[in-house]
Amino acid sequence: MQDYQSQKPIVLDILDSHQVMPGNLLPILHGIQDTLGYIPPSAIEDIAKALYLSKAEVHGVISFYHYFRTTPPGKHTIRICRAESCQAMNGKALENHAKKTLGIDFHETTPDEQFSLEAVYCLGNCACSPSITVDDEVYGRVTPEKFDQLIAACKGTK
Amino acid sequence: MARLFISRDSTALSLGADNVANAIKQQADSKGLNVEIVRNGSRGLFWLEPLVEVETAQGRVAYGPVQVEDIASLLDGGLLDGTQHPLCLGNIEEHPFFKNQHRLTFARVGLTDPVNIEDYIAHDGYQGLKNALNLQPADIVKHVTDSGLRGRGGAAFPTGIKWNTVLNAPADQKYIVCNADEGDSGTFSDRMIMEGDPFVLIEGMTIAGLAVGATQGYIYLRIEYPHAKIALNQAIESAYQQGYLGDNIQGSGKTFHLEVRSGAGAYVCGEETSLLESLEGKRGLVRFKPPLPAIVGLFGKPTIVNNVISLASVPIIMDKGGDYYRDYGMGRSRGTLPLQIAGNIKYPGLFEVAFGMTLREILYDYCGGSASGRPIRAVQVGGPLGAYMPESQFDTPLDYEAFAAIGAVLGHGGMVVHDDTTNLADMARYAMEFCVEESCGKCTPCRIGSVRGVEVIDRIIDNVDKTKNTELLRDLCDTMLCGSLCAMGGMTPYPVLSALNHFPEDFGIETSKA
Repeated sequence: MQDYQSQKPIVLDILDSHQVMPGNLLPILHGIQDTLGYIPPSAIEDIAKALYLSKAEVHGVISFYHYFRTTPPGKHTIRICRAESCQAMNGKALENHAKKTLGIDFHETTPDEQFSLEAVYCLGNCACSPSITVDDEVYGRVTPEKFDQLIAACKGTK
Repeated sequence: MARLFISRDSTALSLGADNVANAIKQQADSKGLNVEIVRNGSRGLFWLEPLVEVETAQGRVAYGPVQVEDIASLLDGGLLDGTQHPLCLGNIEEHPFFKNQHRLTFARVGLTDPVNIEDYIAHDGYQGLKNALNLQPADIVKHVTDSGLRGRGGAAFPTGIKWNTVLNAPADQKYIVCNADEGDSGTFSDRMIMEGDPFVLIEGMTIAGLAVGATQGYIYLRIEYPHAKIALNQAIESAYQQGYLGDNIQGSGKTFHLEVRSGAGAYVCGEETSLLESLEGKRGLVRFKPPLPAIVGLFGKPTIVNNVISLASVPIIMDKGGDYYRDYGMGRSRGTLPLQIAGNIKYPGLFEVAFGMTLREILYDYCGGSASGRPIRAVQVGGPLGAYMPESQFDTPLDYEAFAAIGAVLGHGGMVVHDDTTNLADMARYAMEFCVEESCGKCTPCRIGSVRGVEVIDRIIDNVDKTKNTELLRDLCDTMLCGSLCAMGGMTPYPVLSALNHFPEDFGIETSKA
């Protein structure tokens, strides 16, 4: 994990630019995660101080939302949809294949730090289930073979 | 110069629309052919995406589904002139799936360039706002009330009544909040509007602002929709530049500001009070009601919280009048509903139609039955909190009251189709598991009931004291239905009980039909 001292100026910058925004905590957390890839636990104190909140309140918000993470993600984040439409199209088999291929469960990162695997409940791509995202791209009608191709393509861009 | 249309809709992108657009541009360039590619919304016939449409003197000619390897033959065969090819579909608006729709809210989706405000205006955009600017707030609300529009997010509460409450609530500041946290599986109409015609939502929210005296709007958009965020922000910027948002809308002296806020992957934030908490920067805990958000909403001020489709239906109501919209539909379900047909279905897509069509018509006449070719066993309508409907209920007309009468939920019109390989006991278990995962934790029936629900269903499946545990499950469902604060815990019993009642054999329960 990176040293927080090198991340701190970025966090303070983001806090500064959201100072006057009403309801600014989520936008701030998004800003930090977009920039650093996660919310460093040490940032919580700075956030709390800037917003006049307790550390517990900030931690409570971070932990409430599935999307926010406090550990660095792998180089690529793969999200697999677990919702009904994808289940109706063998999403469960795809989920098992992905876990087996990557050797990790949901919310885990491969030891080589290449891939993080997350569950997601609907990507709005239900007309072409099952769906996954690789980083910011959505893929529809994903078979285990197509999953392997997408993983191979990620590895090709190491 | 040839003008082509290739969708920027997420689903089209998930099937390779970007690659197709890039390859056409590249190959046309290398042949010295001059092409302009417009990235439009999707027509909603998703089995034909990526769809390529070309503008010709006889109208648009469509080709699909197009893959990169088809492009050389398409260009050689005269794609740019709209000539015949095995992938040629003719005019997509003449396709039976499209032709038999009533496209009111989705009139422009797939037709226009979604982020081009001139294109929006050229296709009747901002006519509704123009009319609204000449009306008193109460008259705008009256039009919406007269239209019979009910909340399209699922709860079907009359939109006009909600607006009237906010109009009559005195306050120094009011808000318009768009619920764009479309978290239900089997739904994508909100996303298609935001990606395919974002201006219609912006216009609808602006009219709502004028109607109740709100000067600030927020679109609470789920984080899973990055392409919608891009399209919305492009459209909002352009609306500001052209004076359709800001401090002096079209010289009227009226003010309306609009901003997109991202959610963070919490399903419960689709519940309006949880959404407001989230917008305020807090955990998405559901609030007690009353007070209603219309009286004490965002930051404690009177607030309209409406779903994307509800707000996006307002411009056509204000353009053509409440009566025009109300003339579609049946009973107390007026206007149109954009059906979203997904899961195991041969021709999945978006089908906007007046209320009244039956489930069977849409599933078999337009969507071609299951994708697997096996019999359709169950359809879950209305999202993860909607009931599983067996074949015997497929003749139910799409109408809020007709669905409610049989213990089902029409909701937002999203439907997920399952063939006969689906085990409904597994789906009932999943419904409880989903509630465990997504409960906000504020009320006990939802927070703990869902955990106990998974355990009880497991025992039924494992054949442990089956009769006793089935009774216990029904009792637990009753507690959740009656005792939960919001629909998360309150409606999780719908899929569970419908699975148990209509498919007891999946729970290993023998039906005594003797």
